[in-house]
Amino acid sequence: MKITDMTLLGLVRAMDAGEVTSVEATEATLKETEEKKDLGAYVTVCAERALEEAKAADARRRAGERLPLLGVPIAVKDNICTEGVRTTCASRFLENYVPPYDAFVVKKLKSAGAVTVGKANMDEFAMGSGSEYSAFYPVKNAVDKTRVAGGSSGGSAVAAASYQAFAALGSDTGGSIRQPASFNGVVGLKPTYSAVSRNGLIAFASSLDQIGPIARTVGDCRAVYDVIKGHDAGDSTSYAGDLDKGERVTSLKGRRIGVAKEFFGEGLDGEVRAAVERAIAFYAEQGAEIVETSIRSFDMALACYYILSSAEASSNLSRYDGVKYGRRAEGCRTIDDIYYKSRTEFFGAEVKRRIMLGNFVLSSGYYDAFYLRASKARTLIKRDFEQALSGCDALIGPTAPTTAYRSGMSEADPAAAYLGDVYTVPVNIAGLPAISVPCGNGGSGLPIGMQLIGRPFCEETLLSLAEIYEKECGR
Amino acid sequence: MSGYVPTIGLEVHCELKTETKLFCSCRNKFGSEPNTNTCPVCAGHPGVLPVLNRKAVEYTVRAGCAIGCKISRYSKWDRKNYFYPDLPKAWQTSQYDLPLCTGGEVKITVGGEEKTVRLNRIHLEEDAGKLVHGAGGTAVDYNRCGVPLMECVTEPDMHSADEAVAFLEELASVFRFAGVSDCRMQEGSIRADVNLSMSRPGEPLGTRTETKNLNSFRSVRRAIEAEIRRQTEVLESGGKVVQETRRFDDATGEGYGMRGKEDAQDYRYFPEPDLMPVVLSDDDVGRIRASLPELARDRRKRYTERLGLPAYDAEQLTCDPAVAELFDGAVNAGANAKKAANYVMSEIMRKGKTAGEDGIIVGISGTQLAELLALVDKGEINLVSSRDVLDRIWLTDETPSAAVDALGLRQNNDEGEIEKLVRDIVAANPGPADDFRKGNEKVLSFFVGQLMKATKGKTNPKIAGELVRKVLSE
Repeated sequence: MKITDMTLLGLVRAMDAGEVTSVEATEATLKETEEKKDLGAYVTVCAERALEEAKAADARRRAGERLPLLGVPIAVKDNICTEGVRTTCASRFLENYVPPYDAFVVKKLKSAGAVTVGKANMDEFAMGSGSEYSAFYPVKNAVDKTRVAGGSSGGSAVAAASYQAFAALGSDTGGSIRQPASFNGVVGLKPTYSAVSRNGLIAFASSLDQIGPIARTVGDCRAVYDVIKGHDAGDSTSYAGDLDKGERVTSLKGRRIGVAKEFFGEGLDGEVRAAVERAIAFYAEQGAEIVETSIRSFDMALACYYILSSAEASSNLSRYDGVKYGRRAEGCRTIDDIYYKSRTEFFGAEVKRRIMLGNFVLSSGYYDAFYLRASKARTLIKRDFEQALSGCDALIGPTAPTTAYRSGMSEADPAAAYLGDVYTVPVNIAGLPAISVPCGNGGSGLPIGMQLIGRPFCEETLLSLAEIYEKECGR
Repeated sequence: MSGYVPTIGLEVHCELKTETKLFCSCRNKFGSEPNTNTCPVCAGHPGVLPVLNRKAVEYTVRAGCAIGCKISRYSKWDRKNYFYPDLPKAWQTSQYDLPLCTGGEVKITVGGEEKTVRLNRIHLEEDAGKLVHGAGGTAVDYNRCGVPLMECVTEPDMHSADEAVAFLEELASVFRFAGVSDCRMQEGSIRADVNLSMSRPGEPLGTRTETKNLNSFRSVRRAIEAEIRRQTEVLESGGKVVQETRRFDDATGEGYGMRGKEDAQDYRYFPEPDLMPVVLSDDDVGRIRASLPELARDRRKRYTERLGLPAYDAEQLTCDPAVAELFDGAVNAGANAKKAANYVMSEIMRKGKTAGEDGIIVGISGTQLAELLALVDKGEINLVSSRDVLDRIWLTDETPSAAVDALGLRQNNDEGEIEKLVRDIVAANPGPADDFRKGNEKVLSFFVGQLMKATKGKTNPKIAGELVRKVLSE
């Protein structure tokens, strides 16, 4: 067995048993990144640094230290700040930006002994669903190179799926962990909003952004999540209460799984529907009660999401002005020149679209009609999910309406591409945890993902429900 | 006579004197080298998040309590978005629709008449940095970025430059005594925007202009006077005042328009998603209210009514909280109120006066002052040599009595010894002695002066005067 084929947990066991070293695992991983460069999973590979970290990890292990991720090669999405390693958000603007600090989650990874392989490619500033909007090069699907990787954490998902890392950190504002996980046949967990600190995550939409793990198995996802979760006094929105409200489900007897009809409406691909229905049937066979339920405000979610996220983004991205860091356009004579030219030159088309949309919905005379109404819709959506989840352990549905589509399609019709987020964004608006788990393949062999949505801080309930399915039906 | 009366409202920005900034742990300090009190948070780096300094909330609530505001139990943060190089995030974290304090009032006395200026609100926000224009171009100093700033908005209750300045002085006094701000104009820690319109009595208010960023009381006065003149001229010549934002040029004494209503910035306010709302309990507010020190107005009342000081003294002693604290400290340590007041108003004010118009440095404690006054009282030293003692103990905790000994200043009160010295001096100066006998009283001080010179000031001047007269009259 190739080292890189091991699961994360398998690797840790093997290293603890002295069967492999972190240097071997890291070298093998770096070799994969070389061989699969054409997938575009990484913006930056930190080969030397990773090997040093691996050596240090081996030394610590020899000294008897045992840490949850000691010596495990992991990829970090390139919108998560790493001190001394450039963090670009896949944008020309931050092409040369080297953060002076580590994100909270990066500190957590380091203190758990992880080795950072590199910085994963993504849609510029996490805006997109295909990882085609990277300013450098697109990420290609790990299963079929002619298809998109999904996004915006496409690099993270492809790195995990194509053995270029044992796990990866992604971020999920409207589906950016779950949808690429689904497109590449891996597992992605979007934690409850506020369960993982956003400190050092370069903000897209602050009230929706959440960091989470992507890995090849549910167990590996859990291992990474256990390391990165936790209260951070440096993030005012970070949750200080009990993060472990979920339970480790071992038997489905007496469990209730909700099916909201809105998740199975028009636009859902036939083979995706069939795959998810088979998963529902599995849970039913295992003894779970399948409960029909409804999210009545579901139809508002997509509009609500694009209003709120764009509004916040327009403000969050205003700091990229060519004044302090990042790039400045050449030939500027006035301060307005610096703003106009730098922002025109260094932001991509999708980012500009969202900034314009965000400024529009916040502008005087339109605020009430858009931002304020979207805020009210958010309250309704939250309430509807709360009600639906009060009668069951989790909701089940597809992660995305289709499997990975062909590259180049979203640029032609950006608004149509937004429809692909229809099943993921309501979860961010409601602030709930959700996991995407592979549930079979479509006719062309493309992976299909199902999504389990849970109550706040009940990640473990989702992980263990997913694990039961994975054990019986997974690869 | 035009018959136009000005109506004035102010927006006053006042920096809080917290140890650290509003959303990060950088020091809140004026006068440091550029960009030394900065961190990724206040420099607006990608990925940073704000953490609220609770002290700034406490200070703002205390300021609100001092002027009778209603303290909000729930207030929130909003982003005010605009581009400017001194604003690294390109938004200012402020409070838009739910400020910490609403209402309140400040009493002012102008021309012997007491008036009330109502406040609309006080909210808390962060300051921006500073542009430094030089030969090589413009640079930005982010030291001031994120310094907590209270914005106090008045109702349009003032009708002259005198009233506006009196309001500012009283507001600054309240904030200084409440211990929340130094309100130093020179350091830009208090700045004002003036909203002004002209109208005839009984008619609706005219179109207003806003003159921004006036950073001395003198500029406020001059800007108001210039704007009254300008608007009156416009109206009298049949013109219309245009709603606009203006600047005032201190050098020329003229205001000029910056941008009109149609160019007004759209700040695209929305709730700050990175901060939780500020929730205060009744207990929180009660605790902060209880921490409020005695304000200038109350002290003045106490000084005149309880300590029997003249109104002038009470006014002087409350010019600065440190001065009032010193005075109260000395009185508490047993000093006579009037004598302490006199000494503070003459010697301490002289010595403690700083270069600018802002504040006084007080270099001794009330206990030290009381002891110093007791030494003078007992004749151990005289008033003139008390200055040397003051110089020595200033900004130290040496006792005045130890300083007197160290300086060898203890005064000679021995009449026999002094008389001997007087006789020597009189004998050595027959001319002036004759003048006295011819009726020239002025030479008395000449002889006292000679005696002081000979004894390096260590002679009791009262005894010396009496003995000089006695010897000369023999």
